[in-house]
Amino acid sequence: MEPVFAIAFGVMVAVAAYLLMSRNVLRIVLGLLVLGNAANLSIFTAGRLESRVPPLVPAGEAALAGGANPLPQALILTAIVISFALVAFTVVLFESAHRRLGTLDADAMREAEPLPQATTKKSRKVEESA
Amino acid sequence: MSAHILLTLPILFPALGVALCALFWSNKPVQRIVSLVASVGLLGSALALTAAVYDGTVLATSFGNWDAPFGIVFVADMFAAAMVLITGIMAVAIGIYGLNGDIEPRENAFYHLLYQGLLLGVTGAFLTGDIFNLYVWFEIMLISSFGLLALGGTRAQLDAGIKYVTLNLIATTFFLITVAFLYGITGTLNMADLARVLPTLENQGLVTTLAVMFLMAFGSKAAVFPLFYWLPAAYHTASAPIVAIFAALLTKVGVYAIIRTFTLLFDGDAGYTGPIVAGIAIFTMVTGVLGAAAHFDIRRILSFHIISQIGYMLFGIAVATPLAVGGSILYVIHHIIVKANLFLIAGVIERAGGSFDLKKLGGLYASLPMLGVLFLIPALSLAGLPPLSGFWSKFTVIKASLDANHIALAVSGLLVGLLTLYSMLKIWNEAFWKAAPASSAEPLRAWQADRKTRLLMLTPIVALAAITLTIGLFAEPFVDFSMRAGAQLLDKTSYIDAVFGPSQNITEVNP
Amino acid sequence: MNSIILQTTSRLILPAALVFSVYVLLRGHNEPGGGFIGGLIAAAGIAVHAIPRGRTALFAMLRVWPKTLIGAGILLAIISGMPSLLLSEPFLTHQWPFASLPIGTTLVFDVGVYLVVIGSVLTFLSYYLER
Repeated sequence: MEPVFAIAFGVMVAVAAYLLMSRNVLRIVLGLLVLGNAANLSIFTAGRLESRVPPLVPAGEAALAGGANPLPQALILTAIVISFALVAFTVVLFESAHRRLGTLDADAMREAEPLPQATTKKSRKVEESA
Repeated sequence: MSAHILLTLPILFPALGVALCALFWSNKPVQRIVSLVASVGLLGSALALTAAVYDGTVLATSFGNWDAPFGIVFVADMFAAAMVLITGIMAVAIGIYGLNGDIEPRENAFYHLLYQGLLLGVTGAFLTGDIFNLYVWFEIMLISSFGLLALGGTRAQLDAGIKYVTLNLIATTFFLITVAFLYGITGTLNMADLARVLPTLENQGLVTTLAVMFLMAFGSKAAVFPLFYWLPAAYHTASAPIVAIFAALLTKVGVYAIIRTFTLLFDGDAGYTGPIVAGIAIFTMVTGVLGAAAHFDIRRILSFHIISQIGYMLFGIAVATPLAVGGSILYVIHHIIVKANLFLIAGVIERAGGSFDLKKLGGLYASLPMLGVLFLIPALSLAGLPPLSGFWSKFTVIKASLDANHIALAVSGLLVGLLTLYSMLKIWNEAFWKAAPASSAEPLRAWQADRKTRLLMLTPIVALAAITLTIGLFAEPFVDFSMRAGAQLLDKTSYIDAVFGPSQNITEVNP
Repeated sequence: MNSIILQTTSRLILPAALVFSVYVLLRGHNEPGGGFIGGLIAAAGIAVHAIPRGRTALFAMLRVWPKTLIGAGILLAIISGMPSLLLSEPFLTHQWPFASLPIGTTLVFDVGVYLVVIGSVLTFLSYYLER
């Protein structure tokens, strides 16, 4: 099973990379989601895929025998919780940015770092007036 | 006090701060008091923690009483405790400064909550002894910083927020994938356990691959070349107290993680990783300082200098001698104070001069000579002039690299120091010495009339400048502490023994 | 999103989701379940109620602000770790004061998580409904 999961992981990372390089910020959010799930899949695969028995200790016994590895599941749950919060925040941020900036094109968002031509023109004007 | 309480209090205070700020979210005075009390509590508990580890002991506790490789442990050695202490100092100083009204219209919403959340994440990241838990603290820190950055809701901030959030999310997801691979080959995530397991692995090539992956993951947090794009795209849009706490702590958590993992886990193949880190350090220093030379907005100049200075902090890993690691620790400590102070002063310049743009500023030395002195202390310290703190930290890292025949590293370190001086003098010439433009009369009058704001903003600046001077004039105890902390980092047994209990030779040096 | 279908079905979904969420929360003691999943179920129920009706209906139904829920939840989670510190055990070592009853500080912690999850989901939702 491991090769299948490894290939699936690779495909997901490739899809995520493709989406993340898009100029549309909506696709970037989707890319982040796919990348997060690829990470979860990698944790799952790294924790070995040997057993399908749930990781519950049977009554009367002290140790887990034959069950799946519970640690990757705990890690993935934590990672899901975190990525859930982050993606929720990201969507709200992108939504309000879309409302304020009026565009979804990442290349058109030049508020924080204006294009160099604009600044040189401005600075030339300042120098002339000074 | 027991190790359990000592190690829990530094995260308990900010956590309580978050909880109470959320409970009293509509009441600004209560939030201000809660935030300040929590920051002071963090500082106090950090002082107690530092005092407890000062003699070289390493403290450890495992939350929920689950034994070490399975549960989450918190470990404090001298380096971690010093970082927590400096976080506490920054929390109080910038907390006081933040009451000046810069974030006034939005202060109610989330400012104090996110501020405490940021401190919580940073402190947790410094203390944790579990690499997955480190990821969790990173995320707490990040989501707080996302919120703080976008707090003002201006167009520039939202634009900057998109880039900052996206690039940082990719970096942390990459970190998570790396953690998964690490778990896949070792079966453990406890750092002390990893330090025991990693050298015994058969396939050391895989370990080196993981080391480089961690270098990329932490490197983009630390804003090293070529992964720093998010920083200059975002920092200059936030208001002064927010960008000061960012500049003080965020990248330094990445540096801390690099130093921690490369001394504890990935020191096996230093012959391969050392030159990589050295190259990264040189390019980081040079690109950062050149970026700063090109700009005329104080905040953008200072943002690029953060990147440039990160290069010096990597000397310890690049050279990997005790002197270099100790020098890196001293550098981190010195840099946090100086850099935060410069951003705080930039906030004052904006208040008194009306702008962050050097072209619209001028004449501040004539009107506010004391501010000029206060600016020169951290500015010259950043460039590394004696007798300030920057001189000793630059001296140690460059001496360490010369001792180890890393000539390129040492030469570029010295040259970048010169260029840093050029940038600082540019700010000095433009903002302080140039004749005052006509537009600056009005903000200056407002600044001189408002005594309370002046007190709130200048007290932290004076205090931080005093710390810089103290490190510079009485360097011996600080250098000695850093050297001992560096030696402790390189001697992994004390860390491992603290987590798993003293195993074989119980020769604790405890006079 | 003013859909009649959603408005009508949400009247059924909301109470069922709330009851089920408490069941899942308590079940988490020894079986799959717990505060996070319970909180998500409750939040999903409330979201289905609020999306067709808007922001004001959300706050009218909740009576408290979502941020208050977050604060109370974190506070509960911290408090649940305190008894162990007073007994000089590591933070969050869970205590079982009643020998026969499976009620201890873990439940307090889980309720805290439950509240935080509801609060944070609804905080984000309220921003989304703001327009």
